[in-house]
Amino acid sequence: MATATKFIGKPLKRKEDPRLIQGIAHYVDDLVLAGMLHAGFVRSPHAHAVVKSIDSTKAQSAPGVVGVFTAEDFRGQIGIVPCAAQLPDLKGAPRPVLATGRVRFVGEAVAVVVASDRYALRDAMDLVEVDYEPLTPVVDPEKAISKNAPVLHEPSADNVSFRWELEGGDVKRAFKQADKVIRQRILNQRLVPMAMEPRGVLAEYKRGEKTLTVWSSTQIPHLLKTQLAAMLGTPEHSVRVITPEVGGGFGSKLNVYPEEAIVAHLAMRLGHPVKWMESRRENFVCTIHGRDQIADVEAAVSKDGTLLGTKWRIIADLGAYYQLLTPLVPTLTGLMLAGSYKVPAIKIEIIGALTNKMATDAYRGAGRPEATYYVERLMDLIAAELKMDPAEIRRKNFPLPKEFPYTTPTGVAYDSANYQRSLDIALKKSGYAKLRKEQAALRKQGRYLGIGVSTYVEICAMGPSSAMPAGGWESATVRVEPTGKVTILTGASPHGQGQETSFAQMGAEVLGLTPDDVNVVHGDTGAVPYGIGTFGSRGTAVGGTAAYMSLVKLRDKLAKIVGHLTGEDPKNFVFGGGSISSKSSANKSISLGEAIGAAYTAKTLPQGMEPGLEATTFFEPTNFTFPFGAHVCVVEIDAETGGVRLLKYVAVDDCGNVLNPLLVEGQVHGGIVQSVGQAMFEEAVYDEHGQLITGELMDYAIPRADAMPWMETHRTVTPSPVNPLGVKGVGEAGTIGATPAIINAVVDALAPFGVRHVDMPVKRERIWKLMRRKAAPKRAPRAAAKAKPKKKSKSAARRRTSRRAR
Amino acid sequence: MSVEIQVRVNGQPRQSTVEPRTLLVHYLRDVLGLTGTHVGCETSLCGACTVLLDGRAVKSCTMLAVQADGANITTIEGVSGLNGSNGGLHPVQEGFWEKHGLQCGFCTPGMICASVELLSKNPNPSEAEIRHALHGNLCRCTGYQKIVESVRYAAGKMKARKR
Repeated sequence: MATATKFIGKPLKRKEDPRLIQGIAHYVDDLVLAGMLHAGFVRSPHAHAVVKSIDSTKAQSAPGVVGVFTAEDFRGQIGIVPCAAQLPDLKGAPRPVLATGRVRFVGEAVAVVVASDRYALRDAMDLVEVDYEPLTPVVDPEKAISKNAPVLHEPSADNVSFRWELEGGDVKRAFKQADKVIRQRILNQRLVPMAMEPRGVLAEYKRGEKTLTVWSSTQIPHLLKTQLAAMLGTPEHSVRVITPEVGGGFGSKLNVYPEEAIVAHLAMRLGHPVKWMESRRENFVCTIHGRDQIADVEAAVSKDGTLLGTKWRIIADLGAYYQLLTPLVPTLTGLMLAGSYKVPAIKIEIIGALTNKMATDAYRGAGRPEATYYVERLMDLIAAELKMDPAEIRRKNFPLPKEFPYTTPTGVAYDSANYQRSLDIALKKSGYAKLRKEQAALRKQGRYLGIGVSTYVEICAMGPSSAMPAGGWESATVRVEPTGKVTILTGASPHGQGQETSFAQMGAEVLGLTPDDVNVVHGDTGAVPYGIGTFGSRGTAVGGTAAYMSLVKLRDKLAKIVGHLTGEDPKNFVFGGGSISSKSSANKSISLGEAIGAAYTAKTLPQGMEPGLEATTFFEPTNFTFPFGAHVCVVEIDAETGGVRLLKYVAVDDCGNVLNPLLVEGQVHGGIVQSVGQAMFEEAVYDEHGQLITGELMDYAIPRADAMPWMETHRTVTPSPVNPLGVKGVGEAGTIGATPAIINAVVDALAPFGVRHVDMPVKRERIWKLMRRKAAPKRAPRAAAKAKPKKKSKSAARRRTSRRAR
Repeated sequence: MSVEIQVRVNGQPRQSTVEPRTLLVHYLRDVLGLTGTHVGCETSLCGACTVLLDGRAVKSCTMLAVQADGANITTIEGVSGLNGSNGGLHPVQEGFWEKHGLQCGFCTPGMICASVELLSKNPNPSEAEIRHALHGNLCRCTGYQKIVESVRYAAGKMKARKR
């Protein structure tokens, strides 16, 4: 990439904003079609039950009702919900679009009502009578995989979805050589992605043209198109998926849901457009959840703090059925369990457990926040055990910059990094040394300051196709229009990330135009070449690269045309200010318009050159990218209330080269605050009956505007060698790096109370109890740590139970 | 059963017949076609549906259209017509654009309306006052920091224009 740039790397304000700030953009619910009907789903209030009968007579005859449909009505007409994950010996957990005879989670749809307006629909839904015979639900994932648990999917003998094992290095030897072995159980609670716009679908079928158009709030329009064609038995060339504005996704819309297929089917069946909008309550119970793992780790270390080996056993609660990537997400945790450290030996066992809950799937970070959280907690546990500084133990175990590409013992090749530098900057910017002094002084006054450090690496820019279930490439077509305007069609389907701006910056840079000359089109399978979508921090690294390569192809073609017209060497041109100029001779320059005209009128083209100015690239990356960084968080805990207050947050992130620093900053901020959500507030709690008792915003707390101190963000730049832009991706960095920094700070604050670990979220009650479990701050805090975990986990389990029972 | 209501929306007098149970947000969106006001939770907890009712920020998803009878309503579509807009965008809208105060944009109309109300009462709010005023409006994308910057920008701009 060129070093001196005019637009790339500049903080341009967004092109997409004017329509959004004036309320004149269109999300799915803003679209209205003539004759449009509304669909609503009748959902199971039981976590596990046999559906004995459904009586829709009353609902059928209610005012405005067009029809009531159950699984019987769709038999043989709509296929099961697709799962793209492939793992050896993966157990089947097929999900029909409407429950057939048995429901397996609260919120599973049993019937769909169609009516002429929203209010009539709401009335009629209450009239559908469903007779259930409750079965014993399986809620706890450990119990689910134990003997004698009720089985969710017969004829399977148990609820084990898969066992995934990975080992590298000599683990036995590592533990034999260890001076210390540190053990801990670490929970990663279930979360609700909570995009501000719930899901929504609108479908229209034109009988004459035989075209089915589906507007859906999705991150993956093309994959949805293919899956809908397969589920509905409709030829794919007659299906078009459009994503209008998408009000946030965070992975929750990286999926194919029953409602999308049913609404499309109903539009075809009824001959009317049909719309369904998810309510927030539905969004909580039947849009995918994230995280939900129990990790038991053992680490072998030498007394100087060198990591020798780690052993992991992780139970992942998958819920009742698989959504698109459900079983795959925990394996991403497995891939990143080396963290940013040289661990010579790693042994991992991951068990997927089926329970009577909504499916977990890819939520911002998807498996990697879990891994980073475990590893970064572990580093602090080791530091505490060895009485080392948390920053020092990290530095001791980093691979050196010259060791990159660095391959972990489990075979993951990190592309490029300088972990030392980001940690140094984070420590310096946060005033780490001074903070430690301040902490010591405040403790004497009975005030509890905590300083948390996390140094993370993530696996991003998903990814090479060999490692992806549906292909890991991305497409882009660039067209220079005859009038000199440029259209970039990208297969990545952004939904808030700002690629209409950042890709336009690239277009302007490469072709010597302004960003206003470049229009970025996305999210319409009828207009854009087949693509994969936006997730896994891939939009710019993979989708952006495809666009860049197409732009370069057109620049080269234009240069050849001008070379042909002027006799100049095509390599000798610069693009800018609306002209293509020779570096050596002023009279060999022509206007961009003239060159474009030559391409379209096709009268003076070099021999053999095709007319027109359009180029398509399907970019296949050779590897993932591995963004990294160091975060420092400072908290103070109120000894009276157990309340945790964030005082300071410093983030140093390295996402490689950057197209627009404003957008990068926005991604980092948002990610950090979602981490604050997991660390401090959020928890999807199912009670013993399988009821989601934090099923609305009144009970499920997401961070509000006053949750945060002013975040300080810095960047280092280590270009990725994996793509020509040198970008690594940034969409998930915040959610990956921040959670452990916050919890490490909280545990650090509680060190005088003998606390070595706290499970998330760190609500007041939990902290208050921990501070009273051991009253005197002066006693030697970390004796008998080895014997503790089991006892501790039991008490943690008790705490959870009592909270849920309340 | 239907009820007649008279309201002024974005400066335009409107006379409509609505069901008594019609929510204000559905009246604005489905009857008047003003779809800039969004429904995010139907329980007044997320703030995506915030509009200005006689200058006060209210959540239109938990208010009935009939309760708005006689009121002067401003939705996001009408914010640019308020005082201080200088004919183009309202300074708060400018602020959100300049300072990258939005990503997916779904919470933005409500955020902007709540911010307009804040600045009408408190032309020079501190960071804490801004955060407090926007406490009832959730954003899942931005982490709020750039929203705070957006509101500060707007406050500065409005002050400069008054001079």
